[in-house]
Amino acid sequence: MKKSEVPQDKSALENFTREVCYVKNEDGQYDTELSTGWEAKKVALDEAWKEIERRTSDAREQIKKGEASPILYFMEEKLMDFTVLSGYTGIWKFRIKRHLKPNAFKRLSDKVLQRYADAFEISLNELKNFKA
Amino acid sequence: MSEFIHHQTAHCENGVTVSLLKHHGVDFITEPLAFGMGSGLFYIHIPFMKVNNGPAISFRTMPGAIFKRTCKALDVKVERKKFKDPKEATRFLDEKLEQGLKVGCQVGVFHLPYFPKEYRFHFNAHNLIVFGKEDDRYLVSDPVMEITTSLSTEELERVRFAKGALAPKGHIYYPVEVGEITQEQIRSAIAKGIKRNCRDMLKIPGSIAGVKGIVYTSKKIRGWRDKHGPRQAGLHLGQIVRMQEEIGTGGGGFRFLYAAFLEEAAVIMQNEQLARISETMTKAGDLWRDSALQMSGIYKGRITEQKDFDACADLLVEISAVEKQAFQELAKIKF
Repeated sequence: MKKSEVPQDKSALENFTREVCYVKNEDGQYDTELSTGWEAKKVALDEAWKEIERRTSDAREQIKKGEASPILYFMEEKLMDFTVLSGYTGIWKFRIKRHLKPNAFKRLSDKVLQRYADAFEISLNELKNFKA
Repeated sequence: MSEFIHHQTAHCENGVTVSLLKHHGVDFITEPLAFGMGSGLFYIHIPFMKVNNGPAISFRTMPGAIFKRTCKALDVKVERKKFKDPKEATRFLDEKLEQGLKVGCQVGVFHLPYFPKEYRFHFNAHNLIVFGKEDDRYLVSDPVMEITTSLSTEELERVRFAKGALAPKGHIYYPVEVGEITQEQIRSAIAKGIKRNCRDMLKIPGSIAGVKGIVYTSKKIRGWRDKHGPRQAGLHLGQIVRMQEEIGTGGGGFRFLYAAFLEEAAVIMQNEQLARISETMTKAGDLWRDSALQMSGIYKGRITEQKDFDACADLLVEISAVEKQAFQELAKIKF
């Protein structure tokens, strides 16, 4: 990539930082240039976020239908997988999987629910009374 | 000890390595040299594993390796520590700062307040330098940022104890003893870095790592449209492009950075051949950029036929051949 060809497209980095790219200068030597972003990857990131939104609204639907507990919704919203959620709650993955079922969720003590609420950075109340 | 100077780099771990070594008087070190001595270039496509629901692909070596190898090659003594208790980790950090040390910390980016929200995934192998404390705020030099920033005690504890894959566990590391580095040491560090990188790119058994790994991905891409449908398959391609081009790579999946290393190495080693192989590496980087453009056409929904996926796959096969040639030539050089 030539220095003059470094894309300077609008991206989520705006107002935060510009990124260093390694490029060839006019003399054919390596040099660095700052870039505000590249449209091709900006779209990749945008699409990834649309997918997260889609998964979150899917989770809402499942909760409405009584197929999943609110934990699924907050997991998707906070981009967590089982490893991450297990890390933040200290609850084993197979137990988390069980807590995704509405019936198992209803039987959880406040103590366990509080661990989930803390991991999701919400109040116990928000978790217990989540309306999909 | 002298005042700390912030250096912005493409990649965070290179940046921490460069800034900390420079702070200890290692003036010659540059980002490409640290990357090359640390054998930073790689390719791996881990099957059956998902990252953010997409393919698990990496264009660089494992986290921590660049700092470790580069310091070792230059005979720099390093101390590192992990913790169970966040409070203890903070106490240890404060102690080191009081001694005037500047330290590298591994952090997760999900809770990193100065990152744009769009970039905050549960990625735990980010690195930054803490270089002081003022009015209860830690002074932070994050190598991917243009300027320095700061974090409160709570914010720093939280990112140092992020959870999930590669959880940092408060990992802190810093050079303790840096001796006089001779020209001979620099040359041998470069030679060793190149040799190890040749091994990683050419010799790892199986089909998922090194130049063979790129072909592995190309085969997967040909099947994605039928297997997942155009939309999901497009998201997978988007994930490749992000791993390849996102902030921290220097562009072209670290290939331009490696080409820059070979160019610098050519001068230090007085070896014309390294300069020529640098050109080949640049070509690989340019091809990766072309492939990103082709892939973006797909996830934008502009082109979604099987032949468009095949075109991506064909480019990857070509890239694999170019990189194979580069590393085979590198492997033949006698230093």
